[in-house]
Amino acid sequence: MDKFISCSEAVEMIPDGASIMIGGFMGVGSPHRMIAEMVRQGRKNLTIIANDTGTPNFGIGLLVAARMIRKLVASHIGLNPEAQRQVIAGETEAELCPQGTLAERIRAGGFGLGGILTPTGIGTVVAEGKQVIEVDGKQYLLEKPLTADFALIAAHRSDYRGNLEYSLTARNFNVVMATAGRTVIAEPEHIVPTGVIPPDAVATPFVCVHYIIGRSQTNGR
Amino acid sequence: MDDKILIAKRVARELKEGSLVNLGIGLPTMVPRYLPPGIEVYFQSENGIIGMAPVPGAGMEEPSLTDAGGGFVGAIPGAASIDSCLSFGLIRGGHLDLTILGGLEVDAQGRLANWMVPGKMLPGMGGAMDLVTGAKRVIVAMSHTARGKPKILKHCTLPLTSVRRVNLIVTEMAVIEPTEEGLALRETAPGVSIEQIIAATEASLIVPADVPEMPI
Repeated sequence: MDKFISCSEAVEMIPDGASIMIGGFMGVGSPHRMIAEMVRQGRKNLTIIANDTGTPNFGIGLLVAARMIRKLVASHIGLNPEAQRQVIAGETEAELCPQGTLAERIRAGGFGLGGILTPTGIGTVVAEGKQVIEVDGKQYLLEKPLTADFALIAAHRSDYRGNLEYSLTARNFNVVMATAGRTVIAEPEHIVPTGVIPPDAVATPFVCVHYIIGRSQTNGR
Repeated sequence: MDDKILIAKRVARELKEGSLVNLGIGLPTMVPRYLPPGIEVYFQSENGIIGMAPVPGAGMEEPSLTDAGGGFVGAIPGAASIDSCLSFGLIRGGHLDLTILGGLEVDAQGRLANWMVPGKMLPGMGGAMDLVTGAKRVIVAMSHTARGKPKILKHCTLPLTSVRRVNLIVTEMAVIEPTEEGLALRETAPGVSIEQIIAATEASLIVPADVPEMPI
């Protein structure tokens, strides 16, 4: 199956109001071409599930600046003053979630689990409205699974099938998000023939990836 | 000595050979500079690396190798890159020996608040709640007061990061150990009296007969 599409075709699939998981950590390992294209096409009322909101001019910060986000589910917005301002002013809804809990909620969504039990957040505002479950005398919060209409993944390399390999700290949330989007679009830096990425190095197997953003075909000419 | 350097130097003495350590943003990132000679520790950065190190030289920065603040870093030989689930599995699962975090407030029970100021500042908790809940040892490295007001309080006015009691508080005035009985004064900073520390601390302190000066 040919999964290769252009960046503009990929973003055209995303309607206003969609829920979108976006990989990356402070923009490192984020799908920057798709983010820029979403701004260019002017999507609205998005629900963005991501670790953070980048910085004002980088990563998911570009979506914040363009006021494309209705609701954020994130762990950290501290390095983006505009995101903090929008959330404190009530212009953007935000569900702040401990980082490890966010990762596990996404894993639960992608792995078919009904939620996860974590000690993180017990006795804090994070626990408000949530079920506390005692297991062997220890208290845990029930945190519910997260899925999204789309997961936008940045990878170091993809082969022709969509097996993905990541680089260093650009791996972060990409691996787990690739399991939890109903449509998963990968934006690799490099595209290599199938077989170049050895099975042991595949972090996201091709079955999770529905579309792959192709490279520019001009090759600098 | 600059207050931050004093705190970083004192905290550095708490790092044990062979341990896995996670540093919060800000002051805690200064701690590795003052590591005692001969001690090797491994730094985890929760964005996905074990074995984080400084960038070895100019021009050797790599956009895919950063710390949790997005700043360029390097890595030691034998470093491992890990995804967010594994990174927090290590933190929550008791594999992290020590975390060093900044603080806004600590209460009389040794509970930390460091992630938001309602209506004013909403950075989000990031990894702090998981770190304080899961690390084997938690050290809070912070200034003793903010604009002249104590930060070590009877009750925190800000939302807590975790109900877990932190293991040690290091400030430019004192080293304080939260215990079951309360906050115990362990060391005074050079030139700071016990009376000055008590005056700058809202929560009551347990003051043992012998309170040594910070070894710096």
